[in-house]
Amino acid sequence: MTEIFGIPTQALFGQLLIGLINGSFYALLSLGLAVIFGLLNIINFSHGAQYMMGAFVAYLMLNKLGIGYWWALLIAPLVVGATGVLIERLLLSKLYKLDHLYGLLLTFGLALIIQGLFRNEYGSSGQPYQIPAQLQGGQNLGFMFLPNYRAWIIVASAVVCLGTWYVIERTKLGSYLRAATENPQLVQAFGINVPRMITLTYGFGVALAALAGVMAAPVYQVSPQMGADLIIVVFAVVVIGGMGSILGSIVTGFGLGLIEGLTKVFYPEASSTVIFIIMAIVLLVRPAGLFGAQK
Amino acid sequence: MKLQRNLISTLVAAACGLGGAAAQAQISDGVIKIGVMNDMSGLYADIAGPGSVMAAKMAVEDFGAAKKGMKVEVLGADHQNKPDVGSTIARTWYDVDKVDAIFDVPTSSVALAVNQITKDKGKAFISSGAATSDLTGKACSPNTIHWTYDTWMLANGTGSAIVKTGGDSWFFLTADYAFGHALERDTTAAVTKAGGKVIGGVRHPFPGQDFSSFLLQAQSSKAKVIGLANAGGDTINAIKQASEFGIVKSGQSLAGMLVFITDVHALGLNTAQGLIFTESFYWDLNDQTRAWSKRFAAANGGKFPSMVQAGVYSSVLHYLKAVEAAKTDDGSKIIAQMKALPTDDPLFGKGSIRADGRKIHPAYLVEVKKPSESKGPYDYYKIRATIPADQAFRPIDQGDCPLVKK
Repeated sequence: MTEIFGIPTQALFGQLLIGLINGSFYALLSLGLAVIFGLLNIINFSHGAQYMMGAFVAYLMLNKLGIGYWWALLIAPLVVGATGVLIERLLLSKLYKLDHLYGLLLTFGLALIIQGLFRNEYGSSGQPYQIPAQLQGGQNLGFMFLPNYRAWIIVASAVVCLGTWYVIERTKLGSYLRAATENPQLVQAFGINVPRMITLTYGFGVALAALAGVMAAPVYQVSPQMGADLIIVVFAVVVIGGMGSILGSIVTGFGLGLIEGLTKVFYPEASSTVIFIIMAIVLLVRPAGLFGAQK
Repeated sequence: MKLQRNLISTLVAAACGLGGAAAQAQISDGVIKIGVMNDMSGLYADIAGPGSVMAAKMAVEDFGAAKKGMKVEVLGADHQNKPDVGSTIARTWYDVDKVDAIFDVPTSSVALAVNQITKDKGKAFISSGAATSDLTGKACSPNTIHWTYDTWMLANGTGSAIVKTGGDSWFFLTADYAFGHALERDTTAAVTKAGGKVIGGVRHPFPGQDFSSFLLQAQSSKAKVIGLANAGGDTINAIKQASEFGIVKSGQSLAGMLVFITDVHALGLNTAQGLIFTESFYWDLNDQTRAWSKRFAAANGGKFPSMVQAGVYSSVLHYLKAVEAAKTDDGSKIIAQMKALPTDDPLFGKGSIRADGRKIHPAYLVEVKKPSESKGPYDYYKIRATIPADQAFRPIDQGDCPLVKK
């Protein structure tokens, strides 16, 4: 069998695929963050908590209402997105004139409160959520056993990411959004309701986090700190990709998943730090991130 | 300015030291202060957490401290599984809040730090939640007692039982910190002694989230048994993802080296059935454990006690008995008194504490029931074997504890 650095190539393919799956989550989450930062200039630290809420809404729908995974995929983002709209209207909208730091502190505080409430109610070990019947089992690819559900994660997240990128960068609605962040007064003068557009954008970013949460529920435990564990990594992804760059966050999300996957094979002890090492290097070489515009 | 501040803090420390010496030989400040330190919010919070604080309060109540005229106060704090945070809390508790004894402290790296601070300050540390057998081995201290379980007990109970049933080649998934390393080391010793061999392992970051990469490495090692040298949320996620990747179906078996009843509850019997591991407490052992556990669950939102929480109850009870007998809460004297008194409580039965600080009681090799065998919530275990107290823990002469004369 051929080997690369002492690892059989077949095993390496398996690890790369796993990296891509984890990258899907990074991409989905950093995409939401990038949309919110790019269009609202808010550093949304409650993103992890909103991801967790998505998973919990799916769990509660299944256990209290008997509504399964597929509907949860649609309803949970709507429900959590609606709470996002409320947060934006009631709290964030008061902060736009202030420094970034205030938005960061507010959303960080919200995240702590939300996680605390859920932990109080559901404990820390997490709740089980089964993989939907249609996606159970898996395929033997020769070099690895790929669970069907993991394959679904890659496909679904790629579709959502590309769709979002297309809407924002290539459609008229997207051009309004981008124009509104450049010069809100001018866009408002053309008769477009800018505050409402911003509210809905935040709701959409939050809904993306919730969607990732629903997709994560069957693979990880549905637990209150599931988002807190992930959010720091995702922020690093956004910084590496370039704050606010949609395409940057998608490409970096998948790319870093791959790099992390390789680290898990060659030096597993460093797998939780490798992303931050890359972040440090990128910040030294390109302070605006790989895809960010140099200002 | 800085020099001045240093000078002041030195003076304050010196004054405290003098005050401490004067107050020996009696109950300091007239209050016995018990600090329960653990993970209140992270992946070990269900194993210990607020439930441990409650167990400590139940012990104070059941001991009848108020009737006996003893004033006992129970504090709780969150060490977030970080040794630096835990050290700061321990110092503040001992120096500022006048805490007399610290209990619980899961997460071995934090427990080892608290162990050292307690020794330096001559206080008392009774650990229920920590796992590393080093607490009664090379890091043993005249101010520390290790109560509920340790990595040697887990390794010996589970490791040798699995080798005997044919699982003779092992691959480890190890949490990359003091606890995981100790558990891996002790299990390797138990497996090798029983005639098995360890063919590889991988150390994962703590806490971890996605274990699929490590599970694939375990799979390609072709080992018969994948030993999970981790705990809490890490173990839960690893077991769940192993079932997703068809690891068990393809013939390898999982050995959870440290599994708690709260983990089984979180996984559900469908995923957890058939797991074999070692515990030193199960709520459904006898009438006394059942009665206490139901009382505990009623006050804990229906969640039954883990062995760590049971251990906190039992250790606080014994601590108070020792304070009553010795009429002091001086750390070093109380630990000596606790070792001299035989232990006896409704949860762990009769037992004793050895010179190296190891509390001795039986351990149980349990198997998780099938969903069809379980009669309701928390009816999860079949007891496969009871390991008698004198065999459950590492022989006192093998731990390299300096307190033990050879």
